[in-house]
Amino acid sequence: MNFRTFIAFVGPSIFMMLLFIAFPLGSVFVQSFYVTQPIYETVTVETCTPGFLTQTCVTEEKSIPILGEDGDIETVTNYVGLQSYANVLELGRAWEALSQGSWQAFQTIDFWKALRFTLTFTLITLPLVLVSGLVIAIVINNASKMVRGPVIFISLLPFIITPVIGALSINWLFRGDGILTATLEWYLDRDIAMFAQAWTIEVLMMTYRVWHVAPFAAIIFYAALQTVNQDSLESAVIDGASRWQRLRYVIIPHLMPLIVFVSMIHLMDSYRVFEEVIGFSSQGHVISLQWLTFDFLTPDDSGNRSISRASASAMLTMIGIVIILIPLLRRTWRDHKETG
Amino acid sequence: MVLKKLTLAAAFSLSAATAWAGCSFENSVPVKSLSAGFEAWKAVTDAMAECGNFEAALDQEFREKQPEAFAANPSLYQIGGVANATMIPLLNAGSIRPLDDLVAKYGQNLTPNQLIKVDGVTYAIAMMVNTQHMMYREDILSDLGIAVPTTYAEVLAAAEQIKAAGVVDYPLGGTMKTGWNLAQDFVNMYMGEGVSFFGDSNAPSINNAAGVTSLETLKALTAYMDPEYLVSDSTYVQQQFQQGKIAMANLWASRAAAMDDEAESQVVGKVKMSAAPMGSARPATTLWWDGVVFAANMSDDEADAAFKLAMEGIDSEMVTANNDAAVWLIPGYTPGPLAAGAAATAGAGAAPYPASGPMGLMHTALGNGVAAFLTGAKDAETTLADIEAAYTTAAKEAGLMQ
Repeated sequence: MNFRTFIAFVGPSIFMMLLFIAFPLGSVFVQSFYVTQPIYETVTVETCTPGFLTQTCVTEEKSIPILGEDGDIETVTNYVGLQSYANVLELGRAWEALSQGSWQAFQTIDFWKALRFTLTFTLITLPLVLVSGLVIAIVINNASKMVRGPVIFISLLPFIITPVIGALSINWLFRGDGILTATLEWYLDRDIAMFAQAWTIEVLMMTYRVWHVAPFAAIIFYAALQTVNQDSLESAVIDGASRWQRLRYVIIPHLMPLIVFVSMIHLMDSYRVFEEVIGFSSQGHVISLQWLTFDFLTPDDSGNRSISRASASAMLTMIGIVIILIPLLRRTWRDHKETG
Repeated sequence: MVLKKLTLAAAFSLSAATAWAGCSFENSVPVKSLSAGFEAWKAVTDAMAECGNFEAALDQEFREKQPEAFAANPSLYQIGGVANATMIPLLNAGSIRPLDDLVAKYGQNLTPNQLIKVDGVTYAIAMMVNTQHMMYREDILSDLGIAVPTTYAEVLAAAEQIKAAGVVDYPLGGTMKTGWNLAQDFVNMYMGEGVSFFGDSNAPSINNAAGVTSLETLKALTAYMDPEYLVSDSTYVQQQFQQGKIAMANLWASRAAAMDDEAESQVVGKVKMSAAPMGSARPATTLWWDGVVFAANMSDDEADAAFKLAMEGIDSEMVTANNDAAVWLIPGYTPGPLAAGAAATAGAGAAPYPASGPMGLMHTALGNGVAAFLTGAKDAETTLADIEAAYTTAAKEAGLMQ
C-alpha cells in the first residue's frame, strides 16, 4: 500500500483519536497545573429573607465576585505547579499518619481511603470475573444445541442492564427491610443492616460488579472455546487426561491471550469504579478515586467547583491505571516480540 | 373507530381552547422556567401553564444547570426557581435582574415579606418557606405519657422511653444521608448554638465547643435510628413515618402533607407537627425560602411576560387550590395543622440558612467529613479540624481565602 492510500485510510481515525482522546487529555493535564479564580471584593451587604410575618434582615460583610464590563465574572488564572496534586494527595498528612503507624488515621485522608478501596475492589473482582466468566463459557459450550441460544441470552442479561440502574435495583433489594434483607433476616433469625457498616457495602459492590461483568468475559471465552483445536483435545483424551487436565493444559493455554485481554479491560474499568458508589450511596463509608474526581467537579449550592483538583485527581487516576496495567502490558509485549 | 378519533380530537381541541381558562390573560410570548421538582413547584408551574405558551422544566438537578443556563445570552430560561442558597451563584454572576420596576407594575398582590432584597434591591419573589422541624406520632407519645420534646435532651429521653416500650422499629428518623443532608443536619445543630461558621476573611471557625456539641448530639441521636442512617434522605424518612416505623424526626415542612396522604400513609392523622428542638441559643434548624428569579439576559418584553406569568402562578387562586402543598407566603393561605411546626419554629426565632459562597464550600466539606465521626473513625476535634482543613483547601482554590 502506498503512503497516500495508507494515510487516507488511517487519517480519519487518527484525527478522531486526537480530537476525542489526546486533546481532552492534554487539556485536563494543562488545567491541573493552573487555578482559575474569580476576583472577590469584600463588601457590606444587607440581605433580607422572609419570616412568617416580617422579614429578617442581616447586614454582614460578604465576598462578592467582581463583574467585568462584559457582565461576566472577572477571573484570574495562575500557574500553581503541583499544588493541586499536593492538595489531592495530602502527602504531609499521609506521611504523618504512617510514621505514627496509624492505619486508621491514614485511611481518613480522602485520596488514600479512595485508593485503598479502588485497589481492593479491582484486585478482588478480577479473579472472580475471570473464573465465573470461564465457568459460564464452559457451561454454555457444553449445553445442548437446543438450549444454547436461550442460555447465552439469559447469561448476557446482567451485562445489558445500565450499571447505575443495576446498582440501584440491588440497593433497593437490600436497603432497610428490602426483600432480600428481610429474607436473610427471616432465615438467620437476626436483625441485619447491610448499609450500616463498610464491609457489607463493599461485599455488595463487588458482588454486583462480578455479576455485571462476568457475562462479558463469558461471551469472549465462549467465542474462543469454538477455536480450541479438537485434535489436541482428542489426543489428550486418548492419553488419558482428565477433564480438569484438559482444561488446565489444553484449553486455558489456548485462551491465555484472551484472558490477558479480559483482565486488561477489567482492570481499566474497575479502577474507574463509580456507578457502585452512586448506586449504593456508599459515600459515608467507602469512596473510590473516580467518585473523588466527580465530587470535586460537582458544584455546591453556591456554584463553587474545584476544577483544578478534579483535573489533578483525573490525571492521578490515569497514572494509576497505567501502573496497574504494566505487568499485563509487559506480558503482551513479550508475546508480541516472540511471535514477531 | 374514525368517529372515536374525531371525538377525541374534538375533546383535545376543546381542552386546548380552555387552557388559559384559569388565567386572567392570554400569554403570547414564549416563556420557560427551570426549578426544583417538588410538589409546590408543580402547583405553581401548573398555574402558570394555564396562561399558555409556557414550558416548565421541573428538575431536581436544577442547581447544577441554572448558573450556566442563565449565563447564556439570551438566557435559556426566563424564570428560575431558587432557594436561599441556590440564588447565590446567579446573584454573583449578575445573571438575574433587579425586579423593583416590575414589582411596581404588576406586583400589587405581593406582600413586602415576599420581596427578597439585597442592599435594598429586589432580586427574587419568595412564595413559600421551608424548614426542618419536629414531627412526631401523637398516638405513641400520648400513650407513653411523653410530653412533646422541645430540646434535644428531651428528644433523647423520649427516644429512650419509646425504645423501651418497643412500639416502633426505631424511635427516631433522621435525614443523615452523607453529603448535603448530613451537612444540613450539622448546620442545624450548629445554628442552634448561635455561633458563626466563619472568622475573619472567610477563615473557618467550627472547631470549637459548639462544633463538638453539635457532633455529639448527632451521634447520640443515631443510636436510636435505623443503623443505615448514612443512606437515609428526606424521602426515606418520610416513608419510615408513613409505614409506621419511626416515632419522631426533625423533617422538612414540605414533607408534612405526605403524612396524611391516604394513598401512601398508614398513619394518617397520627403525625403532628411542633417546633424544631431548641439549641442553647435558638431552634436547631434553619429557615429556607423558595421563590422565583428572572433572567437578566432577556428582552424587556419577555421580562414583562415572564413576570406577569409568575404572578399568575403564585396568586391566591393557586394557593387556595393547593393549600397544604407548602407553607405559602402568599395572601390567601390558611395555615392548617400541618404548618404548625414551621410557624412555631419561626416564632421561636430560627435563623435563615446563612447562604454565601464560603457557606457552599463549608456545606460540602461538612457533608464529606461528618460521617467519619459518626462511624467512629475520628474523634470530634480531629473531625472538625479535618473539615476545616478541607474547607481551607477548597476556599483557597476558589479564591475566597488567601
